[in-house]
Amino acid sequence: MEFFKIRKDIPFMRHALVFNVISLITFVLAVVFLATRGLNFGVDFTGGTVMEVNYPHPAELSKIRETLTGLGYHDVPVQNFGTSMDIIIRLPAKQVEGGSKLSETVSAALRESDPGAQVRRVEFVGPQVGQELLDNGGLALLFVSIGIVIYLWFRFEWKFGVAAIIANLHDVVIILGFFSFFQWDFSLSVLAAVLAVLGYSVNESVVVFDRVRENFRKMRETPVPQIIDNAITRTLSRTIITHGCTQLAVLSMLFFGGETLHYFALALTIGILCGIYSSVLVASPIIMWLGVKRSDLVKAPIKKEGADQPAQRF
Amino acid sequence: MVAVILVAGFVYALPNLYGSDPALQISSSRGAEIGELTELQVNVALDKEKIKPPRIELSPGSLLMRFDSEDAQLKAQGILKKALGRDYVVALNLAPATPAWMHKVGAEPMFLGLDLRGGVHFLMEVDMDAAIKKAEERYVSDLRSLFREKKVRYKTISRRDQGGVLIRFQDATQQEAGVKLIGDNIRDAKITAGEAGEYQTLVTISEPSMIATRKNALQQNITTLRNRVNELGVAEPVIQQQGANRVVVELPGVQDTARAKEILGATATLEFRLVDGEHSLKDAVEGRVPPGSRLYKERANGSPILLEKQVLLTGDHIIDAASGIDPSSGGPDVSITLDSKGDIIMRNETRDAVGKRMAVVFIETKTETVEENGVMVKKKEVVEEVINAATIKEQLGKRFHITGLDSTQEARNLALLLRAGALAAPIEIIEERTVGPSLGAENIARGFHSVWAGFAAIAVFVIIYYLVFGVTAVIALAINVVLLFALLSLLHATLTLPGMAGIALTVGMAIDANVLINERIREELRNGNSPQASISAGYERAFGTILDTNITTLIAGLALFLFGSGPIRGFAVVLCLGILTSMFSAVMVSRGLVNLIYGYRRKLTRLSIGNTQWK
Repeated sequence: MEFFKIRKDIPFMRHALVFNVISLITFVLAVVFLATRGLNFGVDFTGGTVMEVNYPHPAELSKIRETLTGLGYHDVPVQNFGTSMDIIIRLPAKQVEGGSKLSETVSAALRESDPGAQVRRVEFVGPQVGQELLDNGGLALLFVSIGIVIYLWFRFEWKFGVAAIIANLHDVVIILGFFSFFQWDFSLSVLAAVLAVLGYSVNESVVVFDRVRENFRKMRETPVPQIIDNAITRTLSRTIITHGCTQLAVLSMLFFGGETLHYFALALTIGILCGIYSSVLVASPIIMWLGVKRSDLVKAPIKKEGADQPAQRF
Repeated sequence: MVAVILVAGFVYALPNLYGSDPALQISSSRGAEIGELTELQVNVALDKEKIKPPRIELSPGSLLMRFDSEDAQLKAQGILKKALGRDYVVALNLAPATPAWMHKVGAEPMFLGLDLRGGVHFLMEVDMDAAIKKAEERYVSDLRSLFREKKVRYKTISRRDQGGVLIRFQDATQQEAGVKLIGDNIRDAKITAGEAGEYQTLVTISEPSMIATRKNALQQNITTLRNRVNELGVAEPVIQQQGANRVVVELPGVQDTARAKEILGATATLEFRLVDGEHSLKDAVEGRVPPGSRLYKERANGSPILLEKQVLLTGDHIIDAASGIDPSSGGPDVSITLDSKGDIIMRNETRDAVGKRMAVVFIETKTETVEENGVMVKKKEVVEEVINAATIKEQLGKRFHITGLDSTQEARNLALLLRAGALAAPIEIIEERTVGPSLGAENIARGFHSVWAGFAAIAVFVIIYYLVFGVTAVIALAINVVLLFALLSLLHATLTLPGMAGIALTVGMAIDANVLINERIREELRNGNSPQASISAGYERAFGTILDTNITTLIAGLALFLFGSGPIRGFAVVLCLGILTSMFSAVMVSRGLVNLIYGYRRKLTRLSIGNTQWK
């Protein structure tokens, strides 16, 4: 079986400007959403208490809200979680004077109003911890970005490092944009997914860059845009197949992983889909704009693998 | 080599397939020995109730018994708690049902994280400011009595809100004399001149002493937490320092967080009392306690001891307690430093008590919510125990030693307890994660399904797409999962739900290497190369690319590990290890398999790698 019977190189670079404009628009949109709506940070970052409560029968949200109001917590988000028998209560940090004691007060009150209530999960994060987790998340993002640029600089050239990281940070911003637009819960695990995407979708750019370098050696007379076109076309089937496979694994997490892994898998899904696009159609034009030359990669006349073969015909 | 690694991988991954038995773990809470005698005691107690645990394992410091059902386990726990008393901890546990031979070669299953087995995770922060504040308040009282004694006149001595103790002297000569006194008497103080013209002097705690104070405060809290966790009856609790002022407490299997918090939050104090040597201990034990005395128990062995009711000194006068070596006898000792007020009291009280014995009583107060007749009642429980009793050799003062201790370990414990009772800095829970046991079981199922479904979907697709090469890739992928499990088990990693997500993601990403290789081979074939040459070229050329792609992911994994906390770290560890195992399995294992299939055929005309004939 073969999906991609592409005989000719697809002239991606001819439309490079179009792709870049599309990216720019989505990027700007994501930034606008982030700026206007912000991220819906979960308790991991804001501090506060989350309680997951299970009832033997469909939970009556209004009754639970009443109980909470009775305790003095007004306008507390109470939502169904997974099934109608599970609810999730989020208590922001600022309403909490009792700190870690709060969960006991609430669970006692819930049990009183309905003896079947069973607390399945409690997460309490103090505000100071929240801030730290956020700071560490930022640091991790910075570390990954710098690490990848440095690595690609070593392996290829600085232009590749810069192009890859721009392409992938663009992915990250778009994921964040989605989370901002839909106001999905941005938790620690989503952050982990974002960083994993950063590392993972750089793969893609690396594979294309590898081909570009190889082509520079083999196709000595070909102009740069065509070399890039050829590299992308040659790796296209691999790109789509691997991403498809990873996506299969992520989808199974999305379907079977339950609520806890839901947003994690969702962030990965967006990341993978964006990753295909950006690493091919964002990173490559950038190296072209940055003016990559044959001499950047092929140092001395190289006489190893394939260099002395005639240019391949396609 | 590949074969050896594979066999080892299977052996070390295998224990994870065995489930675990409900078990009880008995350990001693305060130095009581656990040996064959305990085992006998247990057997007798259980025989009476006709419960027979199928297996009892005795290891140094703990006794583990397995049960067939959870009912038997719970029933046995109740019986043994009564039979063994307070000196032992009878904790519910899940013992891995790993066969003995695997156990011998070090093959153990992974630990399950709290989100998979249920339990509580607390992150606690020690209030260091309070510890420092306490130390400074002690300075204030020390300085006051020092100046009074040496007739140095001052206007005020007070602790500043922003830290440090400010002294305002009467005049320049008094200031000079005062500063000299401080320098001579309070060694860990740092003296700086205050605002000019006012004869002010600022005394702060010196940097090294500040660090020591913080360190002690944390160490004490960890020790007290450990003692208290023992009382909760938790198997395999984790009590760990995190950063400069935090402690992680993980209590697997604990559901009643309210009770856990109460016990962890107990307060401890100390009292020094004289041992009543005049009256008969035997009479007291039989119920005729003399009016001026009280009967106590010794912490180490539970033997009774009669103490006078009058308290010599309370623990808040203790500044420091440190274990060391007694220079005169060479044995272990504990040196105790008192504040100046304690110094005066101690001098007065021990002047006429030389030759008598003095006991240190450790008092722990905790409130526990217990259900009584269907109503939740807050109950205050006070535990008083004698942690040491020693003969007073001479009049005691600011610094004195307790000698005659059996071991350096005992000296260390005593010093820790003394400090714990003296000035434990307050501790606060700043993060809590509780997972119920049913949710834990559900999480295991979810994680398992995710991995399995992802694997199956990929396997079906890859086999259809790459035929024989797809089969080798899938086998390599399966081996990758096995190796990953083996590695995680070997490293005693804790498996969490994010960790399982990591495994699922690794499965999805690991196939990338084989896709790269297979695409390369197809391309080589299309270019008209011979099958054998295409295979070797495919593997060789793809390897560089595989390395590059994996290293970038590894960088992300490392960052997650370095900056992540708790659940994120679990994910990061799995991701990083998964990358390493996938490189091995995708390149070496699949190559080996392909060679097995195609290597021996001289004349190879076709490779089963899917359609390549579309030219």
